[in-house]
Amino acid sequence: MVLKVFFPSCCASAESGILIGRWISEQNSAVILAVVHFPFIPVQVKQYLSELQRVTKVSVSVLGSWSNSKQEKEESLSEFLEDLGTIFSHEPWIQIGKERDSKFWSCSTLQKHSNNPKEEEIILIYYDQRKVMLSHLHPPSDTASSTDHRAEDASKLSAIFDTVAKSKILFMTDRYDDGPIKMTHWQSDGVEASIIVELMKQASVPACMLLAFLLSLVTAVCRSRLLKFWPLSFLWSKLSTCEQLGHRLQHLQVISSNRKAQNQTQLMRKANIFVSLLVDVALGMLLMSWLYRKNRIGHLADTLIPVADHVAEELQDLLQWLMGAPAGLKMNRALDQVLGRFFLYHIHLWISYIHLMSPFIEMILWYVGLSACLGLTVALCILSDIIALLTFHIYCFYVYGARLYCLKIYGLSSLWRLFRGKKWNVLRQRVDSCSYDLDQLFIGTLLFTILLFLLPTTALYYLVFTLLRLLVVIVQGLIHLLVDLIDSLPLYSILLRLCRSYRLAAGVKFRVLEQQDGKPLRLLMQINPLSYSSVVQTYRLPTYSCYPKDSWISLCKKLFLGELIYPWKHKGEKQE
Amino acid sequence: MEERRYRSASGAPIALRRRQHSASCRELAVRCPRLRLRSLSAATSAAWLAAYGLFVLTENSMVLSAAIIITLIGLIIYLHFVKIDQESLLVIGSLGIQVTSSYASGKESTTFIEMSQVQDVVINEAIHMQKVIYYLCILLQDPGDPQGVSEVVPLFQSSKPRLDCLIEVYKSCQEILEQRKTAPQSS
Repeated sequence: MVLKVFFPSCCASAESGILIGRWISEQNSAVILAVVHFPFIPVQVKQYLSELQRVTKVSVSVLGSWSNSKQEKEESLSEFLEDLGTIFSHEPWIQIGKERDSKFWSCSTLQKHSNNPKEEEIILIYYDQRKVMLSHLHPPSDTASSTDHRAEDASKLSAIFDTVAKSKILFMTDRYDDGPIKMTHWQSDGVEASIIVELMKQASVPACMLLAFLLSLVTAVCRSRLLKFWPLSFLWSKLSTCEQLGHRLQHLQVISSNRKAQNQTQLMRKANIFVSLLVDVALGMLLMSWLYRKNRIGHLADTLIPVADHVAEELQDLLQWLMGAPAGLKMNRALDQVLGRFFLYHIHLWISYIHLMSPFIEMILWYVGLSACLGLTVALCILSDIIALLTFHIYCFYVYGARLYCLKIYGLSSLWRLFRGKKWNVLRQRVDSCSYDLDQLFIGTLLFTILLFLLPTTALYYLVFTLLRLLVVIVQGLIHLLVDLIDSLPLYSILLRLCRSYRLAAGVKFRVLEQQDGKPLRLLMQINPLSYSSVVQTYRLPTYSCYPKDSWISLCKKLFLGELIYPWKHKGEKQE
Repeated sequence: MEERRYRSASGAPIALRRRQHSASCRELAVRCPRLRLRSLSAATSAAWLAAYGLFVLTENSMVLSAAIIITLIGLIIYLHFVKIDQESLLVIGSLGIQVTSSYASGKESTTFIEMSQVQDVVINEAIHMQKVIYYLCILLQDPGDPQGVSEVVPLFQSSKPRLDCLIEVYKSCQEILEQRKTAPQSS
């Protein structure tokens, strides 16, 4: 079988020595992690390797020898390197040699106990050690694979990525350490670290504790009995702002928890939540600074009452139109007048309440606008709630119209069954035949006729108010969609994919380097980054998203029958 | 390295380039016909004539600037996301198969399939509109069932070579895939 040797590109210019790494016998491949230089004492090397094995759980061993001859080829050195094979017994013993100015390396193996006398082919694969160590492989395997097969069919590449990632501690010794062993790997010129990262790590512990303490206070207040009385709890459940605030509180709890992230997914989730919160608050502050400049709040409050008045006037015109001959249709005059006058009085009441509140509007808006500093999502939710409150009368009209229409439809269907001599059996939930008396039939027919001829009027009112209600629902839905987008977008992952694309790997790609006959095949292994759509899909944050509860067909059916529709399914369930 | 000319399913001239890097590594690249200046100028002139006609009708100069911007953006999107220059297949015995598509703007999109996931490389036929076309595809193994096929990955989708070209590619691939059956398996 073909022998594959994964060689780190940073060791290409290292001095002669022995190669240490991991031998994966199932794949017939050797992953080389570092080069140990002369002079060394074999016993110490073996000790070091066994300790390393204990700490990292990766079976690191001496795999072969590496000779980088700057001068002409030395015969004694090559014999010495072969003799090393007897000290560190490893099967097969890999010998890689590099001439002074040559690009092409010679690679051979020594097999002592092999049955196959044929010379096997060797493939030399260069890899960037730092990138492979930091990268996280996202296998395209779907969830259909059961855990039994996971062990055998685990991606061969993930074994290599795992080996390098788990040997992090091996890369911590650099050439300035006074150990018995001198190695070359990607960090052997000095361990890399960033001051900012270290400072942030130190500062994060007390910050997390403070945040956790504050959060516990806030949750204690929220859970107190005072806020659980019936009118208040009903109000909280209806306002989307409270939900959004609760959602963000949960996020803060996740960030401020003391436990370190166990695996990559948790770490990314924490980072995504943190960045999303930061961006949200920053945008909210921006909005706030824009709102409070040049007294825009005052302008807003001044235009709010005229807008509400204007809406009420438009509604009154609409009702006058309906009370006349709308679109040329002839209405039942009496019913028309009753319904029209009822709705007109309702609007009049609503306008009076708004005018009663008008002196306080500016102050209320000013204080409510301050809450935009909690985040842009909170500001958008408040906007959606304000729209809901301002169009409350449209909602009321819709409910009245729908109830009337619904009653009418049920009455009509029941009397239609009476017409045909049938009855609805509640016990058996089916239609049964029934013999009615003459007076029952007479009254039933009368009522049926009355209801039937009054149907167009009621249907028209129902249609108009349902359309208005749907308009408001669509506007609110769009705002909530935007809030959802801001909530669930994994900004940190997208930034990572943009700036450090090797950290999120979908796979690898190979490039064939220059070849020479007789020398082993040379390949360069590079990391193939994940596409943006898979990044968003994998790292999406869970939200309490609202999505249409019913399909289009059931929605139309409900509209036709006059049942009240609540198109968006909310809260309680967190949807991922 | 050798290069031969063939025809695609729609009659356009394509070229197949074969390179043998080593005994178990082969690269097969199919070069699609390049973007022609004639069709590009024709499309641009048509778009601009239509915009000018609209401008004469509406007397709004925004139409002209909008047409220019849309043409530019459309061209960039076409070169970067749609027009494929070359599709290549790199078969490395005992490692895997790598499929690369290079776009006209220089972008390369690569997929690497490990050898353990590959069951076989076959030529399939498909009915497309009124034609029957042949295409080369990689059959991926189902992890649960050794004989089953979990996925089919079609190759050379934008160049669509004809059967004679596909047979050459098929033979080259099979020579390398056979090696993994004859090689002694390590337990």
